Amino acid sequence: MRLVKFTKKGIYCIPGKFYLDPWYPVEYAIISHGHADHARWGNKHYLCYNQSKAILQHRIGADISIESLLYNEYKVINGVKVSFHPAGHIIGSAQIRLEYKGYIVVFSGDYKTQPDFITTPFEPVRCHEFITESTFGLPIYKWKSEEELQQELQDWIVQNQQNNRTSVFLGYSLGKAQRIMKLVENVEEIYVHSAIHNLNKAIENSGKSLPTTKLLTADLKKIEIQNKIVILPPALLGSKMIKKIPNAATAICSGWMQIRGNRRWKGVDAGFAVSDHADWDGLLSAVKATEAEKVYVTHGSQAVFSKYLNEIGIEAHELKTEFGEDELETSEQLKTDIV
Amino acid sequence: MKDFSNLISAIEITNKTNAKIEALVNYFSSAPDKDKLWLIALFTGKRPSRPVKSNLMKDWCMEITKLPEWLFLESYSSVGDLGETLALLLPNPKQHIEKPLHVWVDELIDLKQKTDQEKKKYVLAAWNGLQSQERLIFNKLIGGSFRIGVSKKTLVNALAKLSGIDANQLMHSIIGNWTPDTITFDDLLNGEHINYDNSKPYPFCLAYALENSLINLGEEKNWQVEYKWDGIRGQIIKRKEEVFIWSRGEELVTQQFPEIVEAISKLEGSFVIDGEILAIKDNSVLLFNDLQKRLNRKNVTKKLLEEVPVGLYVYDILELNEVDLRQESMQERRIKLEQLFTHNTSDILKLSEIIDFKNWSELDELRNAARGFNSEGLMLKKKSSIYHVGRKKGDWWKWKVDPLTIDAVMIYAQKGSGRRSSKFTDYTFAVQKDDKLVTVAKAYSGLTDKEITEISRWVNKNAIEKFGPVRTVKPELVFEIAFEGIAYSKRHKSGVALRFPRIKRWRKDKTVKDIDTIESVKSLIETN
Repeated sequence: MRLVKFTKKGIYCIPGKFYLDPWYPVEYAIISHGHADHARWGNKHYLCYNQSKAILQHRIGADISIESLLYNEYKVINGVKVSFHPAGHIIGSAQIRLEYKGYIVVFSGDYKTQPDFITTPFEPVRCHEFITESTFGLPIYKWKSEEELQQELQDWIVQNQQNNRTSVFLGYSLGKAQRIMKLVENVEEIYVHSAIHNLNKAIENSGKSLPTTKLLTADLKKIEIQNKIVILPPALLGSKMIKKIPNAATAICSGWMQIRGNRRWKGVDAGFAVSDHADWDGLLSAVKATEAEKVYVTHGSQAVFSKYLNEIGIEAHELKTEFGEDELETSEQLKTDIV
Repeated sequence: MKDFSNLISAIEITNKTNAKIEALVNYFSSAPDKDKLWLIALFTGKRPSRPVKSNLMKDWCMEITKLPEWLFLESYSSVGDLGETLALLLPNPKQHIEKPLHVWVDELIDLKQKTDQEKKKYVLAAWNGLQSQERLIFNKLIGGSFRIGVSKKTLVNALAKLSGIDANQLMHSIIGNWTPDTITFDDLLNGEHINYDNSKPYPFCLAYALENSLINLGEEKNWQVEYKWDGIRGQIIKRKEEVFIWSRGEELVTQQFPEIVEAISKLEGSFVIDGEILAIKDNSVLLFNDLQKRLNRKNVTKKLLEEVPVGLYVYDILELNEVDLRQESMQERRIKLEQLFTHNTSDILKLSEIIDFKNWSELDELRNAARGFNSEGLMLKKKSSIYHVGRKKGDWWKWKVDPLTIDAVMIYAQKGSGRRSSKFTDYTFAVQKDDKLVTVAKAYSGLTDKEITEISRWVNKNAIEKFGPVRTVKPELVFEIAFEGIAYSKRHKSGVALRFPRIKRWRKDKTVKDIDTIESVKSLIETN
């Protein structure tokens, strides 16, 4: 049975007549999470997981036609049962489960199997077909536990303070920024860029509590932020704003920082492999846990990961999509977030 | 090894030389003497020979991780460094081993004599006792370059900051004849094993690029004009029968050029001269690309000496029989230089030719003709000029040939290494030949990080291969390629060889229809 097909506009559910994270405007879009490459502007109607609703309204527009469900609630659309399940990627992220006449397809969206301190942990969902991402689909990607990362980040802040330096973290505004806030909570005052601040407000309005932060403004005196923590979107690397921060030590938080060449490429003071995507073992365990008979592999290392899955006896196909493949550069909705 | 590992992390992350020096000074202030000596040895090419073959290490890693070879290789091409790939692929360590650097190095020296089985046991135990970053360092100690951007000069500057000793003297000290087992750290720094009086160099006098028209230089007769060469600027010192060659980067490169050392040794007296080290074969200067094969080698083999012989074009003399001549005029120095070389020019040592001209108007043509024999253009030096310290405007000018350019399309992209390992940075370019494309150049420099990121993303989307480090791409992106010279070549499929090609700019305004043809490229040979 063909429940979904892959079209130019995105992943299309044939009997349901709706799209999953479409990249061109459609009538009915079901959205996995709030990142700009998944939740795009211009759709007539949106359906998403409850916690993403405020984020979508904030990023796309307060007046969009939008409906939301809780995890494990469902809605039947043209005979297709649609439900959302935790993806562990960022706040509000969900896998989308479709069931039609007993046949089940799960679209992972972006996901991370390792628990962090802020996101609802990933839950595998059994299905016939699984559409998985593969951003970090190489065995060199193996993440540290959240506790180890916490230690690393906090040690770095303390070391910076000993050298009279301000700790600046670069991480995209939706998801990574909140995760960093949680990792460094209670070490020192946290200042955030307005793009992050506004998203934080939207998230808090939807009922989720976040660590306390202050808004980084142009009129702050240097002495106030000296030796403190600042969190900025990655696009600000090398900007005037970052140069104004007194004695800044900058760190990028991204899975790509696993590789030395990438850490050095950006010319920062530190790179931490803090990723919101599954690592190699995470991808493998997630695919196995679905018990899917057919796996479609999208954005990232689809060639490598699908070849490997076929070698270990899991039928897998590559799928070309227009989701961002770079955790650092394309997940930002630059126009609206960064002024 | 924790301190050493932290040092490497601190150095590799930054591209600021001062931060690297700071990290080195910190390390030197606290590490044990033996570790310090080994660090200097490792960073100056005095490392012990490789005790374990890299292929064995790869096999052991595949055995432990149970990964198929293609996936190992795919990981390797993504990381761009074998030692790092191994460190990332191996499972997390079950224990922790902490030993100082010099103990590790001593153990690895002993390991060389052992059987493969013993080697395996040792290496696997080490892998299982070290964190990922330390494991990387361990792999690097076995073999391979650290690639962390610490030149001898950076190392020397750190030691100078630490000790207050003159940097050039330290350069001589660390290059000198010593091993970590035969000297103490203090004796090494104080240069107990060398005689610095003999090697002490002068700062180079440097030229600015010509800004105004020649008319503004005044009368022609006040100027000495020579060809400009693209080699290694060197200061050659002969004092008390010892010969030293300093590069412009203040590194001692004496051992790299044995022919020059031999030729200089035959000359009488003591002197300090300034010149250009060039690859010279059958009386013609070769390209810098050829000279590059001779640089930074641990051993200069006989084969290489025959393949790329080097020579010296002598420009100037700074000291003669212990008298500093730098305050004398160029004209006076030139007379002394000519006297020194009257009976001594050879295939290896040549006096830089003074170009005979009467009017400024003759020079432009000479400059552009310079390309024909691999010269970079002209040097204009005021006859009354003293030998300045560093760069001083007005007395010395360099006037380079204008580069030639063509428009070509990218057909292959390859990942870089080190800092560039994550991006496609090395490209192959083609021009039109009938209804096909033919490769004319490979180039990697000249683009901004931002452009490289953009191109990498495009390559990922448009590549024909999905595996391996080289990608064939749709011929779509057009670039303006600049180069210094062009000649017919039988070794190249296109029939032409470009000299020093680099990317001038990305022509987003052009399509593959607008690129040059092989005929239009060849026509450049006729007109130049």
